[in-house]
Amino acid sequence: MSTLEPLERMAEPWDAGSSGSMHALAPEVPSPIVPSGSIAGRALTAVIAILTFLAALTTGAMMMVVGSASDWQSDVSREVTIQVRPVSGRDIDADVRAAIDIAQGTAGIAQVRAFTKQESAQLIEPWLGSGLVLSDLPIPRMIVVKLLSGARPDFAAMGKTLAAKVPSATLDDHRGWIARMRAMAETAVAIGAAILALVLAVTVLSVTFATRGAMATNQAIVEVLHYVGATDSFIAKQFQRHFLLLGLKGGAIGGGAAIALFGLIEAINVWLLGTPGGDEAAALFGSFSVGIPGYIAILVLIVLMAVATALTSRRTVNQTLDRIERE
Amino acid sequence: MIRFENVGLRYGLGPEILRDLSFSIDRHSFQFLTGPSGAGKTSLLRMMFLLLRPTRGLITMFDRDTATIDKDRRAALRRRIGIVFQDFRLLDHLTTYENVSLPLRVLGKDEASYRHEVVELLHWVGLGERMGALPPVLSGGEKQRAAIARAVIARPQLLLADEPTGNVDPNLGQRLLRLFIELYKSGTSVVIATHDIALMDEYDARRLVLHEGRLHVYD
Repeated sequence: MSTLEPLERMAEPWDAGSSGSMHALAPEVPSPIVPSGSIAGRALTAVIAILTFLAALTTGAMMMVVGSASDWQSDVSREVTIQVRPVSGRDIDADVRAAIDIAQGTAGIAQVRAFTKQESAQLIEPWLGSGLVLSDLPIPRMIVVKLLSGARPDFAAMGKTLAAKVPSATLDDHRGWIARMRAMAETAVAIGAAILALVLAVTVLSVTFATRGAMATNQAIVEVLHYVGATDSFIAKQFQRHFLLLGLKGGAIGGGAAIALFGLIEAINVWLLGTPGGDEAAALFGSFSVGIPGYIAILVLIVLMAVATALTSRRTVNQTLDRIERE
Repeated sequence: MIRFENVGLRYGLGPEILRDLSFSIDRHSFQFLTGPSGAGKTSLLRMMFLLLRPTRGLITMFDRDTATIDKDRRAALRRRIGIVFQDFRLLDHLTTYENVSLPLRVLGKDEASYRHEVVELLHWVGLGERMGALPPVLSGGEKQRAAIARAVIARPQLLLADEPTGNVDPNLGQRLLRLFIELYKSGTSVVIATHDIALMDEYDARRLVLHEGRLHVYD
């Protein structure tokens, strides 16, 4: 049917003189079908920004815990200790030298250093006080053996050689400490992962519900588009694109704020390095840096928020259309 | 064009509100659908627009059984029908021009390709100076005309109008009726649901009268 063709030839049925400039008031750029600046949209952006920020903080904290646990473990496992006890009838200095030779002769050793008598005194100073005359006390001597990175020296052979040549020496490969450290690190990582999983689940669920709330104000648009003959995929695409952008915007604000905060903490940490307080904090909490993987994880989080928002809007649109079709 | 055979409709487990409806809407025809308030006029219009499924009977539309077609085919059939809702259903964030051009926009047409046509139609319905206005600032009559323009812009074969004069004064009602008559004369089949006797007396046309769930046709 060519409905308008006869109409175009007819005089206007409405008031004569109602025509003006044909195109004077028609907008040049069509408005988006889904309104971009609605109150519900702004509220959703704020919700996504806040939730992304909190989830990013949890992710960053989790990355720091994993990094610190790994640092503690590797610090302990990168060195072993030889203890040479004073035994009557034996020259402790000669025993220390012999133990150093045995350690240096073992493959995979980077550095061997015996604590001086002065350093040994400093080690026990907290318990026995200062001003000690070490020659009056049977103080064992410590030898710190640092390992080459990635090397796995044969500690069993080294221990046997020490037992044979320096009976007063014992080798401590920190195995017990490493086991404890590993258990502690694994526990910390597991707790962190569980908290992160909960936070992520809550975040995604909250974003989903907030998106459904924002979509509720757009039901009329879905219905009208359906009535004017839009296909389901066209309608879903309009909302998915709109909500993907909202999600990205909110995620970028929240994630960006978290990245800025971690960057600031890292900068302050570097600035405080070398000060007593900074060193204490670094010893306890590690480098205070989430590192490149942490920043990548936050970027992934931003994308996850946007995708969750877009998919929820698509699902809500499809549910609305199904409801209309079922009637 | 549309054929109803022994169609019945009930909502949920309630009583059947429309019973044994058998009639047809022919090409290039004009009819009033009337009956008292609550007689089921809007429900019947919604069935004609494929927004409601009958609980029994057969509806054939453009030679297709509507019970056996899929969603995409239903959307395609719906594009051949224009509808004017009693409450207009204009989108408040779009201008009059954008509301009227929406059926063409959702078809993926380029704005430049339909601009002239939409502007001309808006002038034809007397909204040439209100193209940039948003619906909240339009009067009831202007909204009604914008809704009619939107319903016919994609050149549907059938126009359904639900109480199009229900919210306007008698003078404006007569002018709107003239608009529908002009559309009918141009080749569009028109079904106007109304309970306004005075309006129906203005134009001698076929009457479909709903009474107690049944339809009586007066040619």
